[in-house]
Amino acid sequence: MRQFALILLGAITALLASVSVADTETAGVLEDPLVKANVNIYDKVSKQRGAKLFVNYCMGCHSLQYQRYGRLGEDLGIPEDIVLENLNFVSDRIGDTMQNAMDKKDAAEWFGATPPDLTMVARLRSPDWLYSYLIGFYEDASRPYGYNNKIFPLVGMPHVLADLEEELGDEKFREAMLDLTNFLVYTAEPIQETRRKIGFGVLFFLLILLIPAYLLKREYWKDVK
Amino acid sequence: MIQRLLKGSIDWVDARLPVVDAFKTHMSEYYAPKNFNFWYYFGVLSMIVLVNQLVTGIWLTMFYSPTDAFASVEYIMRDVQFGWLIRYMHAVGASAFFAVVYLHMFRGLMYGSYKPPRELVWICGMLIYLALMAEGFLGYVLPWGNMSYWGAQVIISLAEAIPFQVIPFVDGDKAAAMGEALTTWVRGDYLLSDATVNKFFALHVVAIPLVLVALVVLHILALHEVGSNNPDGVEIKENLDENGIPKDGIPFHPYYTVKDLVGVVIFLMVFALVVFFFPDMGGYFLEKPNFEPANPLVTPDHIAPVWYYGPYYAMLRATTFSFIFNAKTWGMIIMGGGIAVLFVLPWLDRHPVKSIRYKGLFSKITLWLFAIFFLALGYLGTQPADNSFLGLSFTTWAQIGTFYYFIYFLVFLPFGHRFEKSKPVPTRVTGGKA
Amino acid sequence: MSNDGINKGRRTFLVGLTSAVGAVGVVGAAVPFVKSWQPSARAENAGAPVQIDISKLEAGQRVVREWRGQPIWVVRRNKDMLEGLNKLAEKGVLSDPESAVSSQQPEYAQNEYRSIKPEILVLIGTCTHLGCSPTLQTEATVQLEHGGFFCPCHGSMFDFAGRVYRSVPAPTNLVVPPHSYLNDHVIIVGSEEGETA
Repeated sequence: MRQFALILLGAITALLASVSVADTETAGVLEDPLVKANVNIYDKVSKQRGAKLFVNYCMGCHSLQYQRYGRLGEDLGIPEDIVLENLNFVSDRIGDTMQNAMDKKDAAEWFGATPPDLTMVARLRSPDWLYSYLIGFYEDASRPYGYNNKIFPLVGMPHVLADLEEELGDEKFREAMLDLTNFLVYTAEPIQETRRKIGFGVLFFLLILLIPAYLLKREYWKDVK
Repeated sequence: MIQRLLKGSIDWVDARLPVVDAFKTHMSEYYAPKNFNFWYYFGVLSMIVLVNQLVTGIWLTMFYSPTDAFASVEYIMRDVQFGWLIRYMHAVGASAFFAVVYLHMFRGLMYGSYKPPRELVWICGMLIYLALMAEGFLGYVLPWGNMSYWGAQVIISLAEAIPFQVIPFVDGDKAAAMGEALTTWVRGDYLLSDATVNKFFALHVVAIPLVLVALVVLHILALHEVGSNNPDGVEIKENLDENGIPKDGIPFHPYYTVKDLVGVVIFLMVFALVVFFFPDMGGYFLEKPNFEPANPLVTPDHIAPVWYYGPYYAMLRATTFSFIFNAKTWGMIIMGGGIAVLFVLPWLDRHPVKSIRYKGLFSKITLWLFAIFFLALGYLGTQPADNSFLGLSFTTWAQIGTFYYFIYFLVFLPFGHRFEKSKPVPTRVTGGKA
Repeated sequence: MSNDGINKGRRTFLVGLTSAVGAVGVVGAAVPFVKSWQPSARAENAGAPVQIDISKLEAGQRVVREWRGQPIWVVRRNKDMLEGLNKLAEKGVLSDPESAVSSQQPEYAQNEYRSIKPEILVLIGTCTHLGCSPTLQTEATVQLEHGGFFCPCHGSMFDFAGRVYRSVPAPTNLVVPPHSYLNDHVIIVGSEEGETA
């Protein structure tokens, strides 16, 4: 049994270590070191602010085509009528997904590429990448819209948040971008909070089950000499 | 009264279908060596994972749509109640399957479980492993993310490396045309498309699972015919008591059913830990580029197979020489050879001793080196090639690993016993309780 | 192997305990699989309440809309149609004139007109026999002397409150779906959030 437990412990440690290694590796591929996005996925208010920012600044071009308004309201604690009034400018149905009205062909012509759907961008890249990208715009006169990005050089997207950055100042702007990142971390996997909660329950149950199972094994194996 | 009724119905069925007999043969009167250790859990764990894959797989089929693949996976993840859990169980289950199967195979390697009379147990097992690799690949394509697309692109292109020019009267040009025709046939289109996904879906959910289940049945039937090996490599059937029961054997049921139950619960805890807290394992189980739809115009920055193909992919990539055939063809031959060599393992290993416990130092060192190199190849297979370690490039390391892999099977296993002095093998198993 | 000193009671108890806890686990594990068969968020959205504007619906006319794959009829009944209802009820040709079978309409439509407002009839337009959609008969016929709905499949007949005639295959009155009024002109089918009185 002891050998068993040791190997198991080793395996788990190795698994967890490999996860953290994998994360730093993806970061290492990029030219600029990423800024750590310290998002708190349990902070509903932050995600609400992020949702508002997204709808006001991003959704003109980027859809969240797999995210339903109703689910958003439920998960982020926003009442249905407020969602319909303040977030859903496109349809009148709470169960609709967050599409946008922009024509994909037009968009490709204006920006060089169709603005991608952002529902899962936080899982496609990483929260850190996303945050670093959002705060990574700098002035560059050689670019068509006058801005370039530290993390995504020669990006086609204009710095739509330039006015906001000026208005809020550096520190407040970073906070706002953290909220936006938090919101996109949420849309990438809306179930993540519940998933962990259920996980604790399942592990606790298995721990309980382990007790009689182990006693049963020990009882029967008294026969084996 | 109820007991009489129950017994009556069991007798009725048993007179027509040998259920009691089967239970006795495979459970209550199947005598397994009493000295199974930690490594003997992985057989039953593979069965548990197989059941998990079948059940969650059947459920996913209810919601997945191969013509709208990417969106239907997100539909499962978001719109279907508990769809996310079923999908995570299936995706993590795929990795868990390979994890337990690799450990199960390594157990066989350590204790010589493939040696006579268990050659067919091993070969059935190898066929299971092969079917599993096919199943894993097909399933990996189904979510139709960008990694699915490019992974499939790379693997299907391997068909173009088949050296058709070895066929008489086929020159290089004709061979190339034949390779291309084959890839087109596999895709069912001139590019990877819905036609391919539909085809792979049918194979993944019907054809290969049927084969897998049949092979698992054969694997167990063959095992129960010859009896289980054990960490001492002692044949327990050679020491029978007056009733013809192995002295070192204990009935599988109840002794190993209750013991395995403990292992299963602990395994489920690890499994649940991953499913609920690290479902994508930092990109090892669910890869980042698969969170965007397949895009034939943009290759992800770093194409890597899922970890369980790592060792063989590393062999493919490490092959850079050309001699008669080009490097691409050799890569495929070496990768295929790496798997093929496992099939003939029972005849390659000519060591008089079965278990590593009683083999000499040479066998022990080479075996553990093998394990280290195999893991290293696995790691290298998932990493970008332009990297280095201890001053040697990853490609060089993969070449060293590949070389060792083949040397181990083709030289060390057949001839290793000449370089060492084995310990005496006991006639009875040692130790009782694990 | 030895069978001395086996504590049989303890074994039975542990087998029972492990099986019981295990059974709880199996039931728990079945929950996600059972729940996944419920309508998904997409289906819920597709089956969300439907708004029907009746401001342009004239007396004696009907509009048909779809809700959850079923035809929803809205009829603005005229004076003749409403009077016909009472006459039929008195004559005793109807199977359930009082709408006693409560599964066929919400409580707020369990009245003489089977509706919230007397003139506005809202029905699910599928026959309670085998699910065909009956046709509208605004003019009196031999059998439907005050008009109503006639099912072409098996000849079931209903009056202008969806009440079934006696001696036809359909067993019950046509179903009134859950609905309510957002305002005087808009009915919302599938939701009782608006006015139901």
